[in-house]
Amino acid sequence: MMRVLLLLSMAALLSGCSAQWGWYVVNPATESGLANLKFLLSGLYYTVLLSLTAILISMVTGLLVALPGLSENRKLRAFNRLYVELVRAVPILVLILWVYYGLPQLSGLAISVFWAGVIALALSDSAFQAEIFRAGIQSINRGQYEAAHSVSLSYADTMRFVILPQAIRRILPALGNQLVYMLKMSSLVSVIGMQELTRKANELVVTEYRPLEIYTILVLEYLVLILIVSAGVRWLERKMQADERN
Amino acid sequence: MASKGAEPVIRMEGVSKFFGTFQALKDVSLDVKSGERVVVCGPSGSGKSTLIRCINRLEKHEQGAIIVDGVTLNDSRSSLNAIRAKVGMVFQQFNLFPHLTVLENLTLGPVRARNMARAQANDLAMSYLERVRIPEQAEKYPRQLSGGQQQRVAIARSLCMEPEIMLFDEPTSALDPEMINEVLEVMTELASSGMTMVCVTHEMGFARRVADTMVFMDHGELVELATPETFFSAPESQRCKEFLQKILHH
Repeated sequence: MMRVLLLLSMAALLSGCSAQWGWYVVNPATESGLANLKFLLSGLYYTVLLSLTAILISMVTGLLVALPGLSENRKLRAFNRLYVELVRAVPILVLILWVYYGLPQLSGLAISVFWAGVIALALSDSAFQAEIFRAGIQSINRGQYEAAHSVSLSYADTMRFVILPQAIRRILPALGNQLVYMLKMSSLVSVIGMQELTRKANELVVTEYRPLEIYTILVLEYLVLILIVSAGVRWLERKMQADERN
Repeated sequence: MASKGAEPVIRMEGVSKFFGTFQALKDVSLDVKSGERVVVCGPSGSGKSTLIRCINRLEKHEQGAIIVDGVTLNDSRSSLNAIRAKVGMVFQQFNLFPHLTVLENLTLGPVRARNMARAQANDLAMSYLERVRIPEQAEKYPRQLSGGQQQRVAIARSLCMEPEIMLFDEPTSALDPEMINEVLEVMTELASSGMTMVCVTHEMGFARRVADTMVFMDHGELVELATPETFFSAPESQRCKEFLQKILHH
């Protein structure tokens, strides 16, 4: 929170030195400024909803792609490589455009802006999630599988009760990273008209002609959002470490 | 002993195992009768761990046959499941599940693989924790226990699956000296209950007290098989003599 205050005060200082700033546009003391602020903040709902939906889907997909990558079967491993290499090679913005404008032509189904955004973000992130899960699962000692084998656990139970709970604790920092990344990348979905934070800012700039102040507010919105998420992830890490220690 | 059946419960016939070009087991044959206690010893890298790991299919043998209680070990799922149900294993590094409490370590197998009711599994687990004399540690996590306690939990975890055969892969090698005895006591008690046991260990005092049969391995070969009396007083092979001299006179 210190960092937020610092940045705010810096902005205030800068505005003092220069006549270029016009904070009136988002001054909550005036009626229009308050309305503008509310308009900007109203994008928060879709930014969060879009990011959370996408990260949940990408984690599940990532896990499902990671497991064949750990198989002894060459074909399954090849599927994992192919998926990761292909998906990772497509820029997110390109993927968003392709899913929104291209996919409906291919499938004949109209996709809403929201779901196009979710699909594109989740797909793109899933390749990275797959690599994170693969690394986490590979880091678990062989002895854990052997012990699970010797108490007759099935593959699914071994994964669910023995391997994944330990792997997820280890990859939690990386998963936190991906969530932060997802929140930021969701701003790209503004290009297809998703009413999230960035889109709202763009729209306000067009009517108010104050890009400096409006985009500064936008930067701060993402900053605060991500600092909150980071704190949440760290809290979860501490909690899980404590669980294991007690 | 009178209680032991004539038919071997483990039969290994001409078993060979390769790791790449390295041959870990060379044409090994071994019969273990029900209730028999076999102690396997030999220098490091002699294939003794590989031998017992083949018995519960942690390693696949390439040649020969292994038959455990009438089940021939092969790639089929039914064979694998039958073997795992019959054979319990205790590891050098304990391999407890670190994120689960002692009680959860013990009940995971019975609840998930045997579909046992939670309450019944808890009772079963507590009875085995009492048998290895640490019922008061049930709610703790493995890392809060000493090495000796962890290994006793690992033994109890295996026993909860009610196996017919117990394999021990150097169960005391990772322990501090003062904790070795508490584990050996539990194993001795288990032996006196009539459990079929195959133990890889360097604890020759334990071997003398408990073993019905001593097996000496070197370079992947089963070099010597004898009763403890003969084995310790009059080993036949030169390799075995040298090995015993090294470990008994240090």
